Amino acid sequence: MRARVLVRPKAGILDPQGQAVERALPALGFSGAANVHVGRLIELDVEDPAQLPAMCERLLVNPLIEDYEIVESVPTHAGT
Amino acid sequence: VKFGVVRFPGTCDDVDALDAAKRVAEAEFLWHADPDLHGVDAVVIPGGFSYGDYLRAGAIARFAPVMESVIEFANAGGIVLGICNGFQILCEAGLLPGALLPNTSLKFVFRQVELVVADATTPFTRASPERLSIPVKHTTGRYYSPEPVPVVLRYARGENPNGSQDDIAGVCNEAGNVFGLMPHPEHAVDDLTGSTDGLTIFESIKQHVSGHALV
Repeated sequence: MRARVLVRPKAGILDPQGQAVERALPALGFSGAANVHVGRLIELDVEDPAQLPAMCERLLVNPLIEDYEIVESVPTHAGT
Repeated sequence: VKFGVVRFPGTCDDVDALDAAKRVAEAEFLWHADPDLHGVDAVVIPGGFSYGDYLRAGAIARFAPVMESVIEFANAGGIVLGICNGFQILCEAGLLPGALLPNTSLKFVFRQVELVVADATTPFTRASPERLSIPVKHTTGRYYSPEPVPVVLRYARGENPNGSQDDIAGVCNEAGNVFGLMPHPEHAVDDLTGSTDGLTIFESIKQHVSGHALV
């Protein structure tokens, strides 16, 4: 099964990457974009999706500074 | 007294760390794939980009065979010093509290900083003066912890290069035998580069370890 893990900076922790992107958008003429946060996307094939939370807690995510969301059964990339 | 300096693929400050340790005691390299600590009295995890710092700085190195032994060594009271990437690895390994985040500026910082010793009783600072002048060079050095932690070093007022919480530059574990810091004491051991203050960290460890050996 193809699964997707979305990793986000934890709420309340300063996210300078998100701030930098938020400042860059108006510079390009886009207005009205706020609360920008930059995270990480991990996609993987897994035989046992029940192991995903443990994979996140032990390696894919640092739970002290990041939150994560697991999305199961996502479509496989064309060409992979 | 013998220091062991760990080398991972991507470590780059290992030679300076070995040189610094050799100025006060014996020292040898430890290889990431070898779980044998070769009977060293203190372990140094130097700076660099272990395993390319993929995923998060220090996240992969934490699972190297040598780290299982370092964790055992630390849990048995062994002296462990983590510098920069070594600090990140020790946090990822759970040997130190907290985590290192990207600098507030998002920029690589490389400069000499003034440090204030917040705790001069540790095995890592007992031979240090009250203030140290030591270089920093990092992109991911903003220390963060949701809980209060034992602070050993702070950036002097106005010197914080990365936006770290409470100007924290270095912390130890509750037991006091594991210490991590972002500045690089191994780059401040010779008058040629302007300061020898970094040597006092290695000297402190040597004094601590030989004191224990006398008991």
